[in-house]
Amino acid sequence: MSDAGRSRRLVRPLFWLTVTVLAIAAPLSLTSFWLQTGLFAMAAAIGAIGLTLLVGVTGQLSLGHAFFVAIGAFGYAFLAGSSDRHLVGFHLPPALAAVGAVALAAGAGALFSPIAGRLRGIYLGLASLGLVFLGQHILYNAAPVTGGYNGRDVAPFELFGFSFTSTNPELSIFRVPYGALERLWYLGLVLVVVGYWYARNVTNGRPGRALVGVRDSEIAAGVMGVNVARYKAAAFTVSSAYAGLAGVLLALAFGRIVPDSFGFVLSIDFLAMIILGGLGSFGGAIAGAVLVTALPLVLSHYSDSIPFLAAPGESGVGAAELARLMYGAAVVAVLLFAPGGLKPLLRLYPLVQKEPSYEPKSPGPGSSAVPGPDRVQQGNAQQPTNG
Amino acid sequence: MNQFIELLVGGLSLGCIDALIALGFVVVFKATRVVNFAYGSLLLLGAYLIGRYHDSLGFLVAVLVAVVVTAAVAGFIGLFVLRRLRLADPGTLTIVTLGVDIVMATELTRRIGTDLLTPGDPWGAGVLTIGGVHVPQTRIAAAAVAVVLVAAFLVVLKTTDWGIATRASAERSQTAMLMGIRPSRVVGGVWLLTGALAAVAGLFFTAFPAAGISGTVGQAALGAAVPAAVLGGLDSTTGALVGGLAVGLTATFAAGYQEHLLFLGRGFGTVAPYVVMMLVLLARPAGLFGSREINRV
Repeated sequence: MSDAGRSRRLVRPLFWLTVTVLAIAAPLSLTSFWLQTGLFAMAAAIGAIGLTLLVGVTGQLSLGHAFFVAIGAFGYAFLAGSSDRHLVGFHLPPALAAVGAVALAAGAGALFSPIAGRLRGIYLGLASLGLVFLGQHILYNAAPVTGGYNGRDVAPFELFGFSFTSTNPELSIFRVPYGALERLWYLGLVLVVVGYWYARNVTNGRPGRALVGVRDSEIAAGVMGVNVARYKAAAFTVSSAYAGLAGVLLALAFGRIVPDSFGFVLSIDFLAMIILGGLGSFGGAIAGAVLVTALPLVLSHYSDSIPFLAAPGESGVGAAELARLMYGAAVVAVLLFAPGGLKPLLRLYPLVQKEPSYEPKSPGPGSSAVPGPDRVQQGNAQQPTNG
Repeated sequence: MNQFIELLVGGLSLGCIDALIALGFVVVFKATRVVNFAYGSLLLLGAYLIGRYHDSLGFLVAVLVAVVVTAAVAGFIGLFVLRRLRLADPGTLTIVTLGVDIVMATELTRRIGTDLLTPGDPWGAGVLTIGGVHVPQTRIAAAAVAVVLVAAFLVVLKTTDWGIATRASAERSQTAMLMGIRPSRVVGGVWLLTGALAAVAGLFFTAFPAAGISGTVGQAALGAAVPAAVLGGLDSTTGALVGGLAVGLTATFAAGYQEHLLFLGRGFGTVAPYVVMMLVLLARPAGLFGSREINRV
């Protein structure tokens, strides 16, 4: 092992240690705006990890992610909420309701799998787009469950009597009072880490090889004994479960959810996240989620101090519009000029190759666009094969 | 019975518009295997130009300007996309069009803002009554224009050199290139065509009885194009026409008999085409007329 290799081995754990410490200490100093933004980003990150598993790893294009996020969000609000004159709720313990909401989303994904298993490539993408429109229709019309156009309040989360959204029990660390946002921050952090860890384990093991096989060639995978339809359905189900979990966290961060937040635009946002992150990489998906979620919020938060932005109601480019323009352009630019996404840019050093040295050099970010054996080994090729 | 006939006529005329929209959507896919998600925004661009300039330029000139500008923008997207066509697979390019769509839709929505734009067509809110059946005049014009355009398109595709080149490269692009067909001409032409169709479709999509031009038109148009194109089969022009008519009829009948369908919720008409699309896909995974994928091992 050369000196360079040793320093790489040192730098990576140090980098992650710093990130971990910063993430844990963040609520001590961040204002509520940043905590809120962070929570949205964490929810988006969980959903993006799930979509990466489906689109990046298994190669099944889905434009219907927002539908499953909506099921998670409204499922939690429904299961944990209480009934009143207009709304129905099961009033389950919040933790149980959260698990139930994730199960509901996974179940919806499994229900869709007869279609998902039969369709290929772009047909699947467009069929799943139909889910979003159907989902909007259901959300608006199932008023007793979802609250219709006006949405419904989300019951606070608590675990073993420890409430995550109120100040009971009272808690303050270094004289910083820990309110709802600070507590949810840790919940979100744990969920993101667990989600990341689970997804990594799935893809690094036997099922992951099967999924990559399905992406690269269904026929070859089938010949090798992979049950293609079953793995496609499983990928859809797991990805939907992630979406459901993202929905639960999103609902908790919002406090009140309306159907409008879960439309076509959210699906596109999720796709933008995983593309900006470089399809197939979970770390990249998290980075993309942070970027796509935080950019509009941060821009509008600081719109007063950004000179060329128009205030709401004025003509000119506003903060929200600028954010959308920027990441729309970013999607185009990333795909055309840096098909590996954001992740290679985030690396301090090129990754140490884990493969033995039959591969002459580490493939550059551009090479992943070319189908070939290195695509399979690398495991983070940038694009699903579409038919 | 009268209601039935009225809905049938209304559905068919709406279906003509949907068929026009679906045709523009399908043409690009057939020739390049790229799903053009920027199509909704192109349609919005066409409608916006007509709505913005029909007062100052006159209706016909405004339509002409809209067709030319939209075709030019579409051609630019196509050739810009084409620049990377050899490097990237159609899936990547499809997602590029999503990015283009985000940018275009944001900018157009911002420009429209809270303005109430109408296409300013000469038919206005006129309604023709034949034997107790009411049909908006714009719908009759739309049906006539759609039939003419579709016929012209099919003739061009069948007889001209460009049409034959396009069909050849849709069939097998590698072989077509070996035969001396230039892919850039085929792709450029197809994108110009889709832009022009989008502008015309945008006119009728936003004219009376629709509500006018707003930022949501692009998404609504894509929402009509997708089920029509998919249930007809994404790479079939016949499929686009049949699918368009089916979507128009489904939406109109579901809206017309709304009171009998209340158990499915209000506004079921807007999502009914998607239900039909899913059912068709369950039975035929490549749509009604789409070419099925055959894998040789």
